[in-house]
Amino acid sequence: MSIDTQFNHNTHTTAEAAPAHNPGASLSTLDVLESEAIHIIREVAAEFERPVLLFSGGKDSVTVLHLAAKAFWPAKIPFGLLHVDTGHNFDEIIRFRDETAEKYGLDLTVAKVQDYIDDGRLRERPDGTRNTLQTQPLLDAITGGKFDAVFGGARRDEDKARAKERILSLRDEFGGWNPSSQRPELWNLFNGRHLPGEHVRVFPISNFTELDVWSYIAREGIELPELYFAHDREVFQRDGMWWATGEFSTPRNGETVTTKKVRYRTVGDMSCTGAVESSADDLESILAEVAATTVTERGATRADDRISAAAMEDRKKDGYF
Amino acid sequence: MTTTTTTETTTTEATATLDTTTKTLLRFATAGSVDDGKSTLVGRLLHDAKAILADQLAAVTATSRERGFLGGEFDFALLTDGLRAEREQGITIDVAYRYFATDRRSFILADCPGHVQYTRNMVTGASTADAVVVLIDARTGATEQTRRHLTVVSRLGIRHVIIAVNKIDLIDYDQTRIETVENDIKDLADEIGLETPHLIPISALAGDNVATTSDNTPWYSGPALLELLETLPSADEDTADLEAFRLDVQTVLRPQGGLAPGLDPEEFRDYRAVAGQITAGRVSLGDEIEIHPAGLKTTVTGIDTASGPLETASAPLSVALRLADDVDTARGSVIAAAGTLPTPRRELRAEVFPFTAEGLRTGDRVLIKTGTTTVKGIVTIEAKRNLETSKTEPAEVLAGNDIGLARVKLSAELPVPDFRDHGTAGAFVVIDPQTGNTLAAGIHTPEAAHSAESTEDQS
Repeated sequence: MSIDTQFNHNTHTTAEAAPAHNPGASLSTLDVLESEAIHIIREVAAEFERPVLLFSGGKDSVTVLHLAAKAFWPAKIPFGLLHVDTGHNFDEIIRFRDETAEKYGLDLTVAKVQDYIDDGRLRERPDGTRNTLQTQPLLDAITGGKFDAVFGGARRDEDKARAKERILSLRDEFGGWNPSSQRPELWNLFNGRHLPGEHVRVFPISNFTELDVWSYIAREGIELPELYFAHDREVFQRDGMWWATGEFSTPRNGETVTTKKVRYRTVGDMSCTGAVESSADDLESILAEVAATTVTERGATRADDRISAAAMEDRKKDGYF
Repeated sequence: MTTTTTTETTTTEATATLDTTTKTLLRFATAGSVDDGKSTLVGRLLHDAKAILADQLAAVTATSRERGFLGGEFDFALLTDGLRAEREQGITIDVAYRYFATDRRSFILADCPGHVQYTRNMVTGASTADAVVVLIDARTGATEQTRRHLTVVSRLGIRHVIIAVNKIDLIDYDQTRIETVENDIKDLADEIGLETPHLIPISALAGDNVATTSDNTPWYSGPALLELLETLPSADEDTADLEAFRLDVQTVLRPQGGLAPGLDPEEFRDYRAVAGQITAGRVSLGDEIEIHPAGLKTTVTGIDTASGPLETASAPLSVALRLADDVDTARGSVIAAAGTLPTPRRELRAEVFPFTAEGLRTGDRVLIKTGTTTVKGIVTIEAKRNLETSKTEPAEVLAGNDIGLARVKLSAELPVPDFRDHGTAGAFVVIDPQTGNTLAAGIHTPEAAHSAESTEDQS
């Protein structure tokens, strides 16, 4: 599928213009959020030497990539993609990642946690999760690629610590986030200045909610990995979440495997991301489900955020996404 | 272990109003101290708008119980105090952004703490706000802090100011008391030069006049807070048709050699467009525009977005403009409706808000970022605003949290408009050239801020 059709675009030479925003009519929330994100992406591309976009294949990073393509249309996105592969990713996601990079014609850098485990720089954790192991390969990839701006798909509605993070978030040489000395961020003026060795994380969809992201995906017709849509899968229940059976998540004693219709609200590692029971197999029904949901996406499906109330803050201070 | 709700699957029977594709957005900020019940109000708004989900509520309930809250009551501050230091010290340190929606509108709430670095937080939260809600305690009425908050919102030209007079349950819904508070606020607003704000008597704890109007205040005929927020015009509705068009160029899109995949190279061989976010007004095909610094006039032949061309577009849309003539434009160029470009100037005359402990002093060499341009600047502090009296006093140094008047000499001429008339395009940030830190915010207000002086510069 070409980007052209993805944007549902009438070519610029067409005499008849698309429906205009009527004078007096107000802009929708999605129009305003989209324009804000595009503004941020253009600012960073203009002011930084070597930006890169963290691309996991998850819906938020897919949305940021789509916005980046819109920001520079008809020119190509002027930066590449970076993915930290924990080795515990779903196969479907890795495939989707590679196809997407190719579709947009972008360089893809992959930092592999497995390489670090193989040569002893990192050790497998007793609980099997590799989520926290991503930080070192991420920081090494940022340093190695000389990236000074790193786009991410974090949103402020995801977590209490993220609610306080800036759109341009300065990281020190160790990748650390210092929440008590953040730069105030005013109007649409973003200060991306940084010293050698420092870099800036950039979150263009900070102000999108989960529902906004889904509404935007539906409006724009953005392609997503199939995991987000309801499908039959062999799962077992642990800590109130449904886990896929697979190489990296195997049932323990007393945990029985059943086939359920499930979908994923977030896409992370097989070893730390649970599925929810759902029959929502298209965008419309997912939208209805998200609008009516009673549990946050991270609370529902992410074991990594359940460790403590400050789990996200602690990881961010250490250089996490 | 704070998350206790784990077994839910999502439900699909309810089909709430989903449509953020048509819903408008209102950004607002809340100001006030913990003592005024601000966290309770924010928690109440989120709760009544059903923006608090079961796992968040369960976590808050559990922690509230640990902290000695009885009978299922919540410490709503736990919802908004996101950082470990905040929860441990029981204070709010930083601006937090909250999201909720009603059937009519989406909201972004900038929750500004009142105690620590209040000016920095207020200015930051208010800079993007269409409206500000200032909380006061019905028992104490307007305080020195209320005066500070209203001074900041007045200087920043916030269009809609709402005073929420909280804890009316503790004054037995006494109409006479509210009238006294209202008169004090009116006097204060007059003194500060603020247009009469909206005033709503509320109880955040009991919910009176927050989401719906209360039977406890039959003497109050106005809307509930949420009802008012649902109906206030947002920035684009307010001003798009009143202000002259302006766009600060971020980048020039010329895809030659780097065309997005799937597009026809023939079709885009000569494509060239200037990209940016419309900061004010509205632009239509065929409009005559002028360009800084080229100093030329031309017409708009295309308003492009990746989703298709538009006939007209207004602030705050991000667009790419094609122009009739191949005019020299680059990042930092300014495009404005013909005849409306402000005279380029080498000196800003500004109200400044220093943020850091070092403050800002005469002689400081800084960087100024305004629009999409960053230039060098030299600061001359002229006066400090006394927040107790709202009057200015001569000064050469401003401390963090002060508000003052300054001149900033610029290394290049820039067409910066009066912030009072044109909003964001008249705003700037002051950056430390060595550390890169943001030292201060400023607004160019040649008339309002310096009305006592007679010499308008013509540099």
